[in-house]
Amino acid sequence: MTETVAFPQNRTCPYAPPTAYEKLRGDGPLSRVSLYDGRSVWAVTGHALARRLLADSRLSTNRENEAFPVTSERFATIGRRTVALLGVDDPEHNVQRRMLIPGFGLKRIAGLRPVIQRAVDQQLDILIEQGPPAELVSAFALPVPSMVICALLGVPYADHEFFEEQSRALLRGPSAEDTERARELLDDYMGALVDERIAAAGGDGLLDELIARQRAEGALDRTELASLGLLLLIAGHETTANMLSLGVFTLLQHPEHLAELRADPSLTPAAVEELMRFLSVADGMVRVALEDIEVDRGTTIRADDGVVFATSLINRDADAFVSPEDLDWHRSARHHIGFGYGVHQCLGQNLARAEMEIALRSLLVRLPELRLTVPADQVPFKPGDTLQGMVELPVAW
Amino acid sequence: MRIEIDRDVCIGAALCALTAPEVFTQDDDGLSELLPARPGETHEAKARQAARTCPVQAITAVGENEPAG
Repeated sequence: MTETVAFPQNRTCPYAPPTAYEKLRGDGPLSRVSLYDGRSVWAVTGHALARRLLADSRLSTNRENEAFPVTSERFATIGRRTVALLGVDDPEHNVQRRMLIPGFGLKRIAGLRPVIQRAVDQQLDILIEQGPPAELVSAFALPVPSMVICALLGVPYADHEFFEEQSRALLRGPSAEDTERARELLDDYMGALVDERIAAAGGDGLLDELIARQRAEGALDRTELASLGLLLLIAGHETTANMLSLGVFTLLQHPEHLAELRADPSLTPAAVEELMRFLSVADGMVRVALEDIEVDRGTTIRADDGVVFATSLINRDADAFVSPEDLDWHRSARHHIGFGYGVHQCLGQNLARAEMEIALRSLLVRLPELRLTVPADQVPFKPGDTLQGMVELPVAW
Repeated sequence: MRIEIDRDVCIGAALCALTAPEVFTQDDDGLSELLPARPGETHEAKARQAARTCPVQAITAVGENEPAG
């Protein structure tokens, strides 16, 4: 009897899958892992199977289901609460998603590019004016996406310290109490903001647009609006902030790739796609089976079984990507599942692409000679049970 | 080549428009839309790739003499 691999685990190198996951790769596209509470669940590590299962409506994302796997002690109580959009199955999910699609369409995002560029320029101006050294998470990676999502939603950026700190507590605790308290504070904050926008009527943020739309349909749902608003606010800044901090760290650890990107900035969109694959910041999507699902002859995922998707392994599946361990700006990486797959694939993916592209392009131009000020192995990064990224990024240029 | 988009299924990920911008775009509602020009042979491969990349299989792209699916 061999020990099952624990899931999730901390990474050893901030941009590579945890070394202990190596055993899973050898077991084929589907294996067993054990969660912190001792529960054994399925782990998907193969790309083709991941796409097949993420598109299967028999796998549910509803956290209210008693059988939904809990991946960290911190989420044991709070995890049972409804999360708009990403914690809702079709057909309800489809109604929420359809309401939001126009706000994240390509034309909308193209219109936001000047807003993104201004946020990036402003933070770089401050950095350059103050001079090196600097801590790049708090001075760049976090404020840029925060400003942008505030502008998009119509949330006052003046509140950013509050919601950034509480989002951090919600996602990372450290204790279950921290997580629960953060959730309450954020719920109250967004609830009050939605009430304010309902009373004001006529603003031009996405929240105002959603309010107007619901009102026109005669179905104003304050709770749903607050829940969606909160999800968009958190997902809109934490995820991209992690991609930026871990992306810059990874570039600094790959000087040849960094030089290539500096020499030819037209590679940036491809580099963003490849970094999405390579870094897999959302390393562990979770589902529960509603019915039996026959994977192949002899393997069946049973109803109520938990399923986790090891994103970093899936995005390094040699059957889907040539030389998957190598960073390569010239590969076609767009079939990665860094944004997920199926109906829940990231709503804000094209906003994220635009933010990463503009932020990285400008950062590399304006901070030549960018470098770490401490040895790479001393730069703190996040534990395995949350979004992957750097805690701090001390740099000079 | 026959290309169809099921807009009831489309989730606006825009991977089609990113993969084959000569064939696909997005309308003002953020849903996938075919560009009016019929894709030439060089674009047919990209249209197929777009169909494969779609996260919700909303795109059908088959040659004139191929069976659908």
